[in-house]
Order: sequence, then C-alpha cells, then structure tokens
Amino acid sequence: MIAGQLYRKLDWPLIITWFALVMIGWISVFASVYDEEHAHILDISQRYGMQFIWIITSLIIASFILFVINPKLYNVLAWILYFMSMLLLFAVIFVGVEVNGSKSWFMIGPVRVQPAELAKITTSFALASMMSAYNFRLKRFSSLVKVGLVIVVPMLLIILEKETGSALVFASFLFVLYREGLSGWYLTFGILAILLFVVTLAFSSFTSMILLFVLMVVAKTAFSKRYLHNIVFLAAYLPVLILSPRVGELKFIPWALKDVEWLAVFMTVPLLYFMYKAIREKTRYMKYILLSFFVSTALIFSVQFFFDEVLQDHQRARIENLLGVTEDLQGAGYNVHQSKIAIGSGGFFGKGFLKGTQTKFNFVPEQSTDFIFCTVGEEWGFAGSLVVVGLFVFMLIRILTLAERQKDNFTRIYGYALASVIFMHFFINIGMTIGIMPVIGIPLPFVSYGGSSLWAFTIFLFVFIRLDLERWK
Amino acid sequence: MAFELKKKNILILGILGVALVIVLQLFNLQILDEEYKITASNNAFRYDIRYPARGIIYDRNGKILVGNETAYDIMITPYEVKDLDTADLCAIFGLEIEEVRATLAEYRKYRRRIGYQTLPFVKQISPAQYSVFLEKAYKFQGFSAVSRTIRSYPYNACGNLLGYISEVDTSYIRKNPEYKRGDYVGRTGIEQSYETILRGVKGYNIFLRDVHNKIKSNFAEGKYDKEAVPGKNITASIDAELQQYVESLMVNKVGSVVAIEPSTGEILTLVSSPGLEVSKLATINKHYSEIVNDPYKPMFNRAVMSPYPPGSVFKLVNGLIALQEGVIDTVMTYPCNMGYKVGRGIACHAHPSPTNLTSSIMMSCNAYYANAFRRIIDNPAYPNVTAAFESWKEYVESFGFGLKLGSDLPGEQGGVLPSTKTYDRIHGKNRWKSLSIISLSIGQGEIGTTPLHLANLAATLANRGYFYTPHIIKGAEDTTLNSDFSQRHYTKVDTSNFRKVIHGMYLAVNSEPGSGATARIAAVPGLDICGKTGTAQNPHGKDHSVFICFAPKDNPKVAVAAYIENAGFGATWAAPIASLLVERYLKGKVERTDLEAYVISGNLIQNVPIPKR
Repeated sequence: MIAGQLYRKLDWPLIITWFALVMIGWISVFASVYDEEHAHILDISQRYGMQFIWIITSLIIASFILFVINPKLYNVLAWILYFMSMLLLFAVIFVGVEVNGSKSWFMIGPVRVQPAELAKITTSFALASMMSAYNFRLKRFSSLVKVGLVIVVPMLLIILEKETGSALVFASFLFVLYREGLSGWYLTFGILAILLFVVTLAFSSFTSMILLFVLMVVAKTAFSKRYLHNIVFLAAYLPVLILSPRVGELKFIPWALKDVEWLAVFMTVPLLYFMYKAIREKTRYMKYILLSFFVSTALIFSVQFFFDEVLQDHQRARIENLLGVTEDLQGAGYNVHQSKIAIGSGGFFGKGFLKGTQTKFNFVPEQSTDFIFCTVGEEWGFAGSLVVVGLFVFMLIRILTLAERQKDNFTRIYGYALASVIFMHFFINIGMTIGIMPVIGIPLPFVSYGGSSLWAFTIFLFVFIRLDLERWK
Repeated sequence: MAFELKKKNILILGILGVALVIVLQLFNLQILDEEYKITASNNAFRYDIRYPARGIIYDRNGKILVGNETAYDIMITPYEVKDLDTADLCAIFGLEIEEVRATLAEYRKYRRRIGYQTLPFVKQISPAQYSVFLEKAYKFQGFSAVSRTIRSYPYNACGNLLGYISEVDTSYIRKNPEYKRGDYVGRTGIEQSYETILRGVKGYNIFLRDVHNKIKSNFAEGKYDKEAVPGKNITASIDAELQQYVESLMVNKVGSVVAIEPSTGEILTLVSSPGLEVSKLATINKHYSEIVNDPYKPMFNRAVMSPYPPGSVFKLVNGLIALQEGVIDTVMTYPCNMGYKVGRGIACHAHPSPTNLTSSIMMSCNAYYANAFRRIIDNPAYPNVTAAFESWKEYVESFGFGLKLGSDLPGEQGGVLPSTKTYDRIHGKNRWKSLSIISLSIGQGEIGTTPLHLANLAATLANRGYFYTPHIIKGAEDTTLNSDFSQRHYTKVDTSNFRKVIHGMYLAVNSEPGSGATARIAAVPGLDICGKTGTAQNPHGKDHSVFICFAPKDNPKVAVAAYIENAGFGATWAAPIASLLVERYLKGKVERTDLEAYVISGNLIQNVPIPKR
C-alpha cells in the first residue's frame, strides 16, 4: 500500500475526539482565568494564550509522529527510552524545582517539564516490548517479577519525588496485565480490598464483615449456579447476622462480647459447613472463595492499623474527609467543597460561557489545571459535563476496540497501556472534583492547562494512532 | 479468542460502570441537591448577617439589670477596598494609622484565604461616629456598618452576678463551631449560664453577585433571607435594691453575703466583696489587666467559690444530728468551765454553766458540742467509729455540704468534707477516734463550706428540714427552667428536731440583756429573727466573722448568711450586716441608722493579708 492511501486509513474518530477535548480544555482554561484587561483568547501573557501555544506545538508534534517517525522505532528503542526516562526521574529528585511540595519538575528556560509524564509513555513501550516477545509467558513467575519491576521502579522513583498521585497512575498497568492473561482473581481481589477498606473506615468493621459475607455467598452462587438454594439461605441468615449483637442484650446470656465478636460467633457455623463441603466435594472455586474470605477478614482488621500507623496526616485527613468521617471545610475539605459548589451550582444547562462565578477569582484552587472540570461543570452544567464524560468514554472504548484489532501484539499492549493511563487520570481527576475520590493532584488529560501534560498525552495517543496504521500494510 | 474478547468486554463494562458512577454523582450535585446552589459558602452569594438583640435581664421587681444599647461594627470586605484614604478613615474612628496599615497589609497577605469574606474592622463605634462615617461612606469602598447591640447596666449592682459578654476567640470557635467570628458570647455569671436563652438566633440577607463581583440584587426577592430572632428576656431572682444596699454595706470589707427566699430557693442577694464594678462590665477588655492584677481578686466569686471553715454556725448541724440519732435530748445538760478539757480540749468563753441544747445554741457553748459530737461518733449503735462517722457524713451531705448544690451560678464549688479515708491518711487506719476529730464539733478542722452552703443551711432551718436548690433566675420568656429548682430536698433530720434547734436560735437573738445570748445585736423588734453567730478560727490572721439567720420565725421570708473575712467575732460584723439586710428587706427601710453608719464606715480590708504573688 502506498503512503497516500495508507493515511486515508487514519482513525479519524480518535483524532476528532482528541481535538474536541483539547478545544474544550482551551475554552475552559480561558473561562477559568478570564480577565477583562486581557480579554483576547490569544493573549500570551495569560494562561489561555499559552495554552494556545501548547495546542499548536502539540499539533506539530502529532504531525511529526504521524508522518515522520518510523513506527518500528518504538519497539526497537523501547528499552533505551525506558532507561533514559528512569534516569530523568532519578535526576529530578536532585536538580528539579519544587512545586507544591513535590520535586518533580525540570525547568528548561521558561518551560516546565515533568519527567513522570514521559515515564508513563516509556513504561508503556517497555511493557509492550517485553510482553510481545515470542518467549514471554505471563503465567511464569519470573516473567511476572520482571513485569512487576518495570512498573514498580518508576512508581518508587516518583514516590521519592513526593508526587504520590502520579505514582498511583502506574497501578493502572494492572489492567494491561489482566488483559494479557493475569488471572482475574488479582483484579477482583484488589477491588475487593479497596471496597472493604472504604467500608471499614466509613462505617465499621461490623458492616464490612457483613458485606464480605454477602459477597462470599454471591460469588458462591455465581459459581455453583444453585441460585434458589443460596438466595433462600442468604435471605434467612442475613437478618440473623445483622441482629447477632442483640443476643448479648438477652437477660440469660452471661457473656459480654463486642458486636463483631457476636458476628464471628454466628458466622462460624456456615463457614465450617462451607469448608466441609469444599473439602468433600473438592470444589476449587470454593477454596478460592474461602481463601479470599479469610485474607479479607485479616485485611479488615489491619485496616485501622494501616490507617493510623502507615498513612501520613494529610493523607488520613483527605480520606477521612472524603468518607465523611470528618468534615473540615476550611482545611482538607476546602478544595473539594468549593469544587462541589462550583459544579453543583451549574444546574442542568450551566451558567453559560464566562458567566461562572465560583470558578473565577481563585475560589477553587488549581482551577485551570487539576480542577478544570469545575469550570466545565459550572458554565456548561450537567449537559456539558455529560459531553466531556462521554468523549472520554468514547475515546477509551475506541482505543480498546482498535487495540483488539491489531495483528501486532506490541501495538495491542501499548493500546491497553494508553487506555489504562487515560482511564486512571479521567476517573481520579473528575472523581476528586465531584467528591467521590480523594484529592490527588493529577491533570485531566487533554483538558487541563499545561504544556507538559498536553504534549505527553498527545504523544501517547498519536503514537498509538500511527501504530494502528501499520495493520493496513 | 473468545476468552480474550471477554476480558476486553469486562474492562469496557468497568469503564462504563465508572462513567455511570460519575454521571450519577454529577446528576446528584447539579440537578438533585439544592444545597450546593444556596449554600453559605457559595461565593456568588453575599450573606449580610443580622445580629439579634440579646435578651434583657430584669430583677425580681421588673427593674432592668442589663439592657441593650445600639452600637455599630464597621466591616471590611478587603477585596472591594479601593483608593482608600487611610488617614481620613483613622480620623473618624480615632485609630492609629500605623496599626491600620499593618492590618491592611495582613489582609493582602491572606487575600486568597479571605476571598470575598467580610470581616469586622472596628468594633462597637458609637452612633455619633457612625453618623460621621455614613456621611463619608461613599469615600470608603469596601467598608460597611452592621448594627450590634452592646450591654448597658442601668443599675449599679450585681457586678459579679451578671457576667459580661465578649467576642468569641479562635479557641472558643474551635470548641463551639456554631459560633462564628464576630459573635458575642456570655462569660461568667448569668450571661454565661443562660447564654442559650439570651443570645437569640442570627439572621441574614442574601445578595447575589454577578461575574464582576458587584452586588446585583437581593436574591430571590428575599425568599431565602432569615430574620434575626431576638434573645429571650429573663428575670433574675435578685432584688436589685437590696443587692445595691448590701453592696454598700460591704464596702471596704472582704467576704460574702447571701440571702435566699426559703420558700422557693430564689437568691435575693448575693454579694462577693470586693466585687466587679458594673461600670466596667461593658468595656471589660480595657479593664481586664487591672481586674486580674487586683490582689483582692474582684472576679473571684467568694460566695460560691471559696470554701471557709463554717465555725460555730455548724453547731446547729451537729445538734440536729445528735437529736435525730437520739444521743441527746433537750433536757440533758453539760458543764462548761471555760472549755472542754478532755484530750487537747477546746476552749470556750465565759458563760453560765451548765448548758442544755437551747442555751448552748443561745450562748454558743463549745463544750456542749464537744460532748454531743463524741456521743454521735462513739454511738454504741454503730459497730465502730468509722461506721458512725460515715453515718454522720451522710447527715451532713443531706444538707448539701461537701457537694455542689447545683445552682445556676457558674463556678460553684462543692466545698470540703472529710471522709474516713482523709483521717486514715492523717492518723492511720483504725488509729483515730472521736477525740481526734473533735474540731468538727464546732465547725473547724477539715471542713470547708461556701457562703452559699451556709445560706442554704439558713434556708433549710427556716423550712424546718428541706431546701430548694438555690438559684438566681426566676423565669424566662416562654421557656421552662430547670425543673430541679422546684424540687424539695429533704435532710435526714425530722422537722420536730428542727423546732428545738430553732428555739435556741430565736433566743440567741431575742434574749434579755445579761442572758449570755451571742447575737442580741441582730435583734429587730417585730421581725423575730432567728440566728446563730460563728467565729471561725483562721491560722492566717484574725478570725472570720460569721452569721446565719432567717426571719420571721414563723413563715420565714428570708434566710441569710454573712461571712466577713478577718473581722473578728460573729456578733461584731457579720450579725449587724445580716440583720440590716433582713430589716431592709422586710421593712423596706432601716431604722437603726447608728448601726448602719457603723457598718458602712467599718474598714476591715486592712486586716486581710494580701496573698504574696
């Protein structure tokens, strides 16, 4: 296929989605720092003028990636790029400039560059390169360790820069591993752990244990396919468990136990029965379920310890605030409260372009970067927010769909890595502005102000779009 | 292949699930939840606070003890301040220009934190200054005025009872988040005890800002505005005239006088001297260091906070207990030859001997009570001294001694009452007997009672065996007060025994000259005062002068305790002061003008040792 025909196969839906998000970002940055004395959107003394420059340069970079660079190079240079970026991550700890308490930025003239942004791309290259090799088997333990190292090394370096939020993004590569053959148990258990952590802190270990029991029976039902049997059991026994602490109030009961201890007493009988059946009938899934149950129980009771002893004060404050355990509208909860007011005051259709009052004048901190979604929510309302959420969902599904169509494993794995990172940013960033995630300072891809972030995500995406063309050759 | 497709679809389901959660929360915030549209921290709204007038405090006869005056607070919205003529502003309010510049610099420094908030700038300016400000207001962008009420005190009395109000500070707000910067709160006295009734509820007007931060209009035509609800007025049980009179008697004396209406427990007068001058309450901050540095501690409400040895007035309690326990009767007599000579002994003064119950009260014989007390503690009906002592203690506690009475006076103390443990510690377990603790028989030793306790004892005697918890508030507008105040508290002694003791108290005041009665100076013809003197020994200086009484004997209207520090015999100062109070209250005027002049001119403050700082 000759070059001209090849480029007709460019994936325009992705490119248009990218362009739409970038434009929404530009308008929002304009609205969030709008100042009548500098009313022109191209005034480069203001952030919106600068953002225009970032957008133009991004277009140039995107064209460069599409038309100039040989896509075969990415696989070839993957490891060199990976090690170079690790070197940068390491160097920035010593020579970086400090911004908001984290030392993660290089200052190159007037431009600030965050190597962590770059590392997301190079790590994706490295993962794709490693896992697409012929002799690679993820089921092998040594392979799993290697893959783990590739992910964990940049994470640790970024944590050393005190940029915990970005480090968290690397956890999303777990989705890639899942797609490439890692057992779903890991993912399920990870999500279960987070769920139990939240429930334990927000409510109590009692509630958490009840939830765990219900989940166990649901899982059992799904595997055994004996629906009626299990539903009847759950319906009958759940009230017993919930009311179990009331037994202690009965006159003739001499023991004074805590609520959780009564619960444990009443759980013992069905658990022993499940164990007996699992051993007798040699059902593998039941063993997994029971194992998960006991590990989770241990988790629930170590959560408080972890929370009190391991987490730092400000992290604890943010999580407690998020879960509604404490309400501190001046301190840790200030940003989120202001952000929720801004978004909530938007209503269905929003207040209109430049009519937002909450996102002006710095009520919401970081409003053109991390909290850019506030401006969308306030000025364009629920309708506008739906458009942004919709564009991201469309982009993510499109990337996954394209990735599955690849003949080349490298491109598929890279596509999954790209989707995972964008997903994580999308979820955490929007989640924090509407108060369902703790405040973790990472930008909204393509939308937030900032050259470093926009360039990095544009490169990340357009490399994939270029790689996608290769399947037509 | 099917397996791989399935994994992709699971991931897509995950993405859709997360998107759904986000959309639901957006729906909740933007469509369902009204709170985020009209919340106080919504920056599009400016909330102008309307402060309620604080409740007025009346005395029992409807005289205003604490009223309100209008003053203004000048508020500043730092963001809106433009082209400020600082010198002119300072001239109006009499401020130091340097200080104002420093404050403004502070606002600039914290401008992000302050945002569009409006903060208090100058507090409590007079209506005259306010009118000058109004004329020039157009020159001061970003400044506005809020009307506040400040307290006024038309009656020069009750400085220690009323308390004062002051602006809440940061630590107070942290503990009581319902208060905001600029709010006032009652401190000490009635202002503190009845804060929730007096304060009222703040209101606000909501104004809408546009994008340019200009105030556009009253939001939704005032639909969401809230009127301020004024605080409720309350009526104190204090008789302002009487209080003022007693305060004038207590000039240049250290001590307390408490008068209670026995039939209700209402406190008619409660003086702690030296006390706070009412004129200083409104501007207490200016006088604060002066007050705190005063060696006589005018803020310290001796009447409820200072435990003193009760002295001989406590004999009444021991007499009642002995009667109730059946260890003495009215005909038994004990000899007294200048004191009780067993053990270390207790000295007594010269008086006819022997004495029975009545004459022992009348003449305040120490020997009689040493004997009576030993019979209580060594009572063979109890297995040992400890048990007998515990029983004695229960009796004493039934009078309220050693316990907080539960009045509505902030800072009320319970006083001191020894326990068997106290004596085990001093003497060793089972190593003490009635003779070791004989000082208690005459109200000395390890016992401490506040003047309020003693007034309550007088009221209990007046009621022949029960008391109402003393309290200072009669009622409040549409609010029911603590129902505990209408509850009778019975002592463990029968009414018949009270009558026997009261006979002695009557004779102590109303006997013939030469009878040896100790309180004849307190007698007022026609008032039938029953009283008991006390002279409390004081290791730090001259004895304290103590007197309790009630009057008239039948259907008593008033019960009084007077405790004058370092003033000598009970009959010399405490009895005249208490009896003048009774005379003034029951007759409305004082006929014994010589006695009155003697009391007013008496300067006893010089006897009081100043504690070294």
